[in-house]
Amino acid sequence: MTKLLILLVLVLGILTIAQLARVYELTSRLRGTREEDISPSDNRMNGRLMMLFLIAYFGFFLWLVVAYKDRMLPISASEHGVETDWLMNFNWVILLIAFVLTNVLLFYFSYKYLYSPSRRSFWQPHNNKLELIWTIIPAAVLAVIIIYGLNTWNKITDHPGADALQVELYAKQFDWTARYPGADGMLGATDFRLINGTNPLGIATPESVEGRLAEIDEEIGVIEQGLGAVLPDARIDELSDQADRLRRHKQRILNLRTVMQNDITVNGAASPYLAGADDIVTKDFYLPLHQEVEILIRSRDVIHSVYIPHMRSQMNAVPGMTTRLKMVPIITTDSMRTHVMKNDAFDFLVLCNKICGSSHYNMQMPLIVTKGAEYDVWLAEQMKKPFQGAPENATADAAAPATQENTGTADAQKAPAGMN
Amino acid sequence: MGATTTAHSGHHGHEAHHHHQESFISKWIFSQDHKMIGKQFLVTAIFMAWVAVIMSLIFRLQLAWPGEGFAFTNFFLGEKWAPGGVLDPNMYLALVTIHGTIMVFFVLTGGLSGTFANLLIPLQVGARDMASGFINMLSYWFFFLSSMVMLASLFVEGGPASSGWTVYPPLSALPQTIPGSGAGMTLWLVSMTLFIASSLMGGLNYVVTILNLRTRGMRMTRLPLTMWAIFITAVLGVLSFPVLLSAALLLLMDRTMGTSFYLSEIHVAGEALDHMGGSPILFQHLFWFLGHPEVYIVLLPALGITSEIISTNARKPIFGYRAMIGSILAIGFLSFIVWGHHMFITGMNPFLGSVFVFTTLLIAIPSAVKVFNYITTLWRGNIVLTPAMLFSIGLVATFIAGGLTGIILADSALDINVHDTYFVVAHFHIVMGMSAIFGMFAGIYHWFPKMYGRMMNTKLGYAHFWVTFVCAFGVFFPMHFIGLAGAPRRYYSYTEFTMFDGVMDLNVLVTIFAIVGALAQVVFTYNFFYSIWRGPKAVQNPWRSNTLEWTTPVEHLHGNWPGPIPTVYRWPYDYSKPGKEEDFVPQNVPIEEGEEEH
Repeated sequence: MTKLLILLVLVLGILTIAQLARVYELTSRLRGTREEDISPSDNRMNGRLMMLFLIAYFGFFLWLVVAYKDRMLPISASEHGVETDWLMNFNWVILLIAFVLTNVLLFYFSYKYLYSPSRRSFWQPHNNKLELIWTIIPAAVLAVIIIYGLNTWNKITDHPGADALQVELYAKQFDWTARYPGADGMLGATDFRLINGTNPLGIATPESVEGRLAEIDEEIGVIEQGLGAVLPDARIDELSDQADRLRRHKQRILNLRTVMQNDITVNGAASPYLAGADDIVTKDFYLPLHQEVEILIRSRDVIHSVYIPHMRSQMNAVPGMTTRLKMVPIITTDSMRTHVMKNDAFDFLVLCNKICGSSHYNMQMPLIVTKGAEYDVWLAEQMKKPFQGAPENATADAAAPATQENTGTADAQKAPAGMN
Repeated sequence: MGATTTAHSGHHGHEAHHHHQESFISKWIFSQDHKMIGKQFLVTAIFMAWVAVIMSLIFRLQLAWPGEGFAFTNFFLGEKWAPGGVLDPNMYLALVTIHGTIMVFFVLTGGLSGTFANLLIPLQVGARDMASGFINMLSYWFFFLSSMVMLASLFVEGGPASSGWTVYPPLSALPQTIPGSGAGMTLWLVSMTLFIASSLMGGLNYVVTILNLRTRGMRMTRLPLTMWAIFITAVLGVLSFPVLLSAALLLLMDRTMGTSFYLSEIHVAGEALDHMGGSPILFQHLFWFLGHPEVYIVLLPALGITSEIISTNARKPIFGYRAMIGSILAIGFLSFIVWGHHMFITGMNPFLGSVFVFTTLLIAIPSAVKVFNYITTLWRGNIVLTPAMLFSIGLVATFIAGGLTGIILADSALDINVHDTYFVVAHFHIVMGMSAIFGMFAGIYHWFPKMYGRMMNTKLGYAHFWVTFVCAFGVFFPMHFIGLAGAPRRYYSYTEFTMFDGVMDLNVLVTIFAIVGALAQVVFTYNFFYSIWRGPKAVQNPWRSNTLEWTTPVEHLHGNWPGPIPTVYRWPYDYSKPGKEEDFVPQNVPIEEGEEEH
């Protein structure tokens, strides 16, 4: 009912304005003035409104800054972020000067030089000196912005150091999975065709390849058995398509097996196909303090984006390729909670920042930064855990953890609570 | 229909143009007269704009009061997409997508260029009509068809395209990933294909007409800045839209024929797909190769229109005419080598990123020159604040506010942390959305008498401007702060974590401003349609302007001028020229003895 009333008021309001305008139009027609003749009083009123707007505009801006400055992102929790923030502030200073200057001139002139029949405009088609000055000044200022900007950019995107910790973040609709190298300190190779319930990241090891081949054979067998029955044509086509696709995949996996075997022969223990067996696949994302990390980012289905606002870090997750970002966390989750945010529920979050489907808005994972020793303890615990989707368990008994794997965001949300 | 092809008469040929007796269809529907085609574009664009505005209101309601039911939402979307008035998350993404598509392409490209290029080119360069009236007519009808297909896509199973107006694959390629990537996406691609065809036909016509059909004396350096802006816009469109067409066709093939241009190593809905070897990044390169020039396709006509209106209403020559042309050319050229700044964090080579930082920040120089020149034009002018003038000044204000934040986004190191957040939403809505729509409003108020022979109501124009202007900043300014708090765009709600709780009250403020702003557009729409039939009759040159369109009679006629086409003797900005009695000297007035040409 109130909504109806609001609607009614709005409609009446608009009608009133329209009618007033008509009345005005009729009276001005009677007075003999034309619509295009802007009366001095109208001109003055609009000129004053220009000045009023300028004041309101700056006032609004100031209010937003004052009222919301504490609700912006807190100090950067990563090393490069400190520099990013400095660069941002440096840019803001320049931009604010330009912003105030141009707006004041624009609105002031619109108020000051209103039409008067007794006056003529200043005849000034151009002024080369002036134009040169305001081409050169922005150019010089921009040169400074570009140099500082690219300097920071080069540092951020430079190769990580040799002792950087490598961690993988794996995106799929609509959750994140982290993968840590096991005792060998090396992440194993992967292939998307090996993905199944027990191997959600498609880690390629001799065991997972054999397991997947056996699984495909089994699936083909089931389909062929099904084709033996009397079925409608459409269903037969569908099933044989499915079987064909599986056979194609099988062939590709056989190729992969050959590549893998060659690699193992050539590289021996250094082969990435032997490194995956002890990888730790987890829904918890931990990083050690003051340690440079290189995050390798992959996606299973569509483009996602790893966005960690508190770290000033972002990189897309693109299916078919591995992207990278590096950073050095400099504040632990605990100190953020006690010293910076004064909020015990605070967590660093990895958010998805590339539109990826219906639950895009809820594709998050907490990030826990701890001191190195605590991180080591956590990592050791992870190694002891029965591996969720480990290749050695791939065939038989890992079915239970695998289903857990698929529950997605619900798990990710529970994780921090479990930590406390 | 055949009787209407009079464009060839050009500047020489048969002068006396009699009013042809035209059938209803050839006059009102399949018209080949550029003025009628311009009006057709405008009315279609106003309708499409309303569709997009209502969509934005629906998702703004959800963002301000997430999860609450609204009769408004339910009324438009029904129980399927808004059970109990609560917006469905997939529909949210669909609305965001179609709102962007309609606004960028149908309102600010088709609507803005289509209206003013068609209306103004022959009138301002002094031609009887476009180079090809027939292709011009086709251009409108392809646009109309494309609008209809886009609207039809709203009603298919699975909803319209939902992968954002940038339709990045694989999301847009695989219906398994989002329902909108089914029939809705196919229709989106069909509609865009028609749209591109329309814009190419229009663009070629604009370029050819401006280059070849200028009247005697209309040198390129005497062209009004509107013409320069539209000319460069048309060139940009002709060079960049075909790339979008190829991107769309490749996407269509990936969707329907099993090719792998954009797809590789994808495992979705429990199965590994066959696609191998493609790259989603390829699509982004192709898309933004159009997408960035597109920003200027939207913006340049608005800047051109504004140059004209500011000069006319400041009764002062536009300051630095040649610098203005130079900056249009520079912006046009640079706009082709900056597209990568949309892709800093896609995994593109960081060195390539630095090149794009450099070229992008270069654009700030000609843009700054334009702003300074506008401000200097106002300095010591004799300003008449018509509604058109107000919108033009408004454009300069939004161009400043949005342009400056562009410097942050162009700086790749800073872009990392604001990329795809509300900061970007604020930036492009102000610099491209608001500026362009203000330019469009300015143009409508200014050339309404030329279009319909009547005047729009000034008081309603004032009310429209001030409410719109205040609301534009009320809506988009706070979004910078939401973005700086780290809030990603295209989120259905922000209630799943506490991180952004501090700035969510701004969303309520934004939505209130959006509602009020939309109401102001009711005032405009009313004023527009009422004035078409009932507005006071216009005189020939109501704004005492110099350009050629005001030398044509108020009543439209085919071929524009009843007698010979006027000859041009001077540039269009002889306002308040010393030694002249009037404060304007139209372009067709010969240079007097001893008078210098500006």
